[in-house]
Amino acid sequence: MVTKLSSQINLGSHKGLIMADTKEMKKVLTGPVLDNNPIALQILGVCSALAVTTKLDKAVVMALAVISVTALSNFFISLIRNQIPSSVRIIVQMTVIASLVIVVDQVLKAYNYGMSKELSVFVGLIITNCIVMGRAEAFAMKSTPGIAFLDGIGNGLGYGFVLVVVGFFKELLGFGTLFGFEIFQTVQNGGWYQPNGLLILPFSSFFLIGLLVWAIRTAKTDQVEPKG
Amino acid sequence: MAAKESIGKTVGVVVAVCLVCSIIVSGSAIGLRDKQQENARLDVRTNILDAAGVLSKAEGQISTYFDDNIETKYLELKTGQFVDMPVGYTTIEAAARDPETSHKPEDDFAKLLRQPNVVPVYFAKDDNGNLDTIVVPVYGAGLWGIMRAFLAVDVDGVTTKNLVYYEHSETPGLGAEVLNPKWKALWDGKKLYDENGNTAIKIVKGGAQPGDVFGVDALSGATLTSNGVQSTLDYWLGNNGYQAFFANKPWKS
Repeated sequence: MVTKLSSQINLGSHKGLIMADTKEMKKVLTGPVLDNNPIALQILGVCSALAVTTKLDKAVVMALAVISVTALSNFFISLIRNQIPSSVRIIVQMTVIASLVIVVDQVLKAYNYGMSKELSVFVGLIITNCIVMGRAEAFAMKSTPGIAFLDGIGNGLGYGFVLVVVGFFKELLGFGTLFGFEIFQTVQNGGWYQPNGLLILPFSSFFLIGLLVWAIRTAKTDQVEPKG
Repeated sequence: MAAKESIGKTVGVVVAVCLVCSIIVSGSAIGLRDKQQENARLDVRTNILDAAGVLSKAEGQISTYFDDNIETKYLELKTGQFVDMPVGYTTIEAAARDPETSHKPEDDFAKLLRQPNVVPVYFAKDDNGNLDTIVVPVYGAGLWGIMRAFLAVDVDGVTTKNLVYYEHSETPGLGAEVLNPKWKALWDGKKLYDENGNTAIKIVKGGAQPGDVFGVDALSGATLTSNGVQSTLDYWLGNNGYQAFFANKPWKS
């Protein structure tokens, strides 16, 4: 058992494990951004996308937190995938994911206190984000650690891409700012722009994500589900 | 090697995973605790300096500036007298949670739920070492939850300088405009009390008249938040709050 574990940890020596051809790696890494986006195509993780996108900086930090959690959880779960008994695999995955989320939350509290105050419970709720669990179960349990790590980054990027696009429009149209810098001078501050209050509220992300899904499927028609 | 699905293996893997995960989690929590507490303290200090109107001067050296220019005293609200720092006092939030150090307000119209018996008040000195501004904590319910702020008052105990909210859960774009610098600026130079020492500051819907020293514009589209600010101030400036403190001006003696 010890030798088996160590051979898996020692990835560099196994050419076949981590040195999958670069084409495959690129596909795993960038595929989830547009071709197989976890939010836009699989409609996973929408809940937090609704809530944390009012400001662009919040969306970026949340995206980074999810990227690190998916990447690391995929990596560690893949590392021990051959040891996990299938009867308790979901619980083991959950334990790993929950621990990583707590670590990310603690790091955020230590290094970006203001942001962690604003994101409040949503960092902790990454535990319940279906993307993390979905990738662990669907990909990491069957793949080698290196490629699983990339898959985690890829899916985190896909999630982050949607978050940033939605956050961009919500902050620009809802506050007239981007990253807190004034782009449109609002009426409250003596300018011309009347901010759209609807876009500040969480449910307006439904419209924006809907429009985004529409745009992506118009460009990539193979994502359209067959009728009938 | 035992079969992957045997009971022994299952229990073994679960125990091992839990052990490793708990070590990582507790390690990160303890390893980062000092930094987090430092951050939380720095955050409070930043807000106090902001309320005192000296944040731009303290830029980049919050802690040193705070230590040099801000004096913290502890005020017993019932008597209006300064007391020694209660043993183990950390924050006003923690003091309000502990039944030993707090009480339920008799008439809780500002929905404080619990009020600490002793609150920290901050005395900001100007560059010549003269007392310039008094910063007191206030809190009360807004629309969605408790809103916490620092109220900065001139040494005359009547004139406001600033009202800085540092914790709230109001609607972005509406109630959350309590953080808008334009609105915050309206508080400068208003009078909290009239000549008879009664609370006189009023949030005026539709906008205060020019020259009205007691009136501050309400937040448009955020009536309930504005009401929350009003009742918070009514409560804390009343006789369960700082009325005696501002009337007796114990800092002058």
